[in-house]
Amino acid sequence: MRALQKAETSLPSWVLQRIEDAARQETSQIAKSHLEFMLENVRIAERTRLPLCQDTGLPIFRVQMGRDLRLDFDLHEAVAEGVRVATEQIPLRPNAVDPLTRKNSGNNTGLGMPDIILDMVDGAGLTLTAFPKGAGSENMSLVGMLNPADDPFDFILRTVAERAANACPPLFLGIGLGGTFDLAARLAKRALFNMPGSSPEELKLLARVNRLGIGPMGLGGDTTALGVRIERALCHTASLPVAINFQCWAHRSATEVIR
Amino acid sequence: MTEYHLKTPLSGADVERLAAGDVVFLTGRIYTARDKAHARMRQSGSPISLQGAALYHCGPIIKEGRVLSAGPTTSGRMARYTDEILSSGVRAIIGKGGVPGEPFRGRAVYLAFPGGCGAAAAQQLKVCGVHLQELGMAESMWDFEAKDFGPMIVAVDKHGGDLYRDVRASAQKTLTD
Repeated sequence: MRALQKAETSLPSWVLQRIEDAARQETSQIAKSHLEFMLENVRIAERTRLPLCQDTGLPIFRVQMGRDLRLDFDLHEAVAEGVRVATEQIPLRPNAVDPLTRKNSGNNTGLGMPDIILDMVDGAGLTLTAFPKGAGSENMSLVGMLNPADDPFDFILRTVAERAANACPPLFLGIGLGGTFDLAARLAKRALFNMPGSSPEELKLLARVNRLGIGPMGLGGDTTALGVRIERALCHTASLPVAINFQCWAHRSATEVIR
Repeated sequence: MTEYHLKTPLSGADVERLAAGDVVFLTGRIYTARDKAHARMRQSGSPISLQGAALYHCGPIIKEGRVLSAGPTTSGRMARYTDEILSSGVRAIIGKGGVPGEPFRGRAVYLAFPGGCGAAAAQQLKVCGVHLQELGMAESMWDFEAKDFGPMIVAVDKHGGDLYRDVRASAQKTLTD
């Protein structure tokens, strides 16, 4: 509940810093005023303790659990209870619906939700990161099963050029490279948790994306992306899976260490 | 890039002078509609008159009659309804991400409100009423009183100007260069 409250009503300081830097350097007037309005919006959300975006997302979490820890309760149910309390108290918009009947569960939990990515780590600690994910950027995400002869970076650039405007740029791009169809997608989501990247490939891709000139909200400008992170896994010699998980400028996440 | 402060309902002359790249602030009634409200209107018509209206692609958070967060949703999902919505008299569609601009020619404008800025938008909106409430909080047709709602960018004007089209074309050119 506390992690969700923080995630929904503020942004991590490194994210704010990237938006501030971009606002300073923008040469397009429309883009600059958009970035400044986004920063103003975050200040209002922090002051009023209200969700900075009305799309409070689907409840996605990463839990890092110590191997020495024994839990005497159902972790999934405990996180779900936190989501239900947060939905009522912050409040969050009830977003979770059945995929066929489109019936809303009313509290953001139910079949498969919340989605928890569980990592086992050394020690006896428990760390939980809330990562509410809005539909605008998630809807633009894509897995491509490329031919190993294809250039994955060309595929990424073409996809971004076509889809970025709807994903609330400036973006953070989580890239999953390799693995299988579903592993690539999970790697791309993990890449968003592990943002920002700083390897030469990541920085080169970031620069190429920004040269597209799509700009904040697709209205043109120098700032199309604020961060790129690539996570990899081995893939079959006959495969080249590439997943792109789009994240909007509001890279909302908050971590709680549970004692 | 001129700044306009306009009142709703919008007149034909209001829309006539707006050009892509201008900045607009709106005062007066605006109505929200997203996926389900559009589908319902196609089936059984709008519950209110949309003559001169500003229609806002938005699924807000409302609690006890107060607007808590109300930024724009992705307009692309509602693109299939643009022609009939404009035929019902709507003179401005507000949203983010854009829709194909052709149906706007000679009729209306598309205004882009900065996406993700729900908290700031909420400060400028009050609830006057609600229609189609059975569709749920996000999908209902909220009747808002707006005070200097903006800044919005005229992304598509009625004279053929379309910022999204221009930006997309320029990105395609960069890709092929």
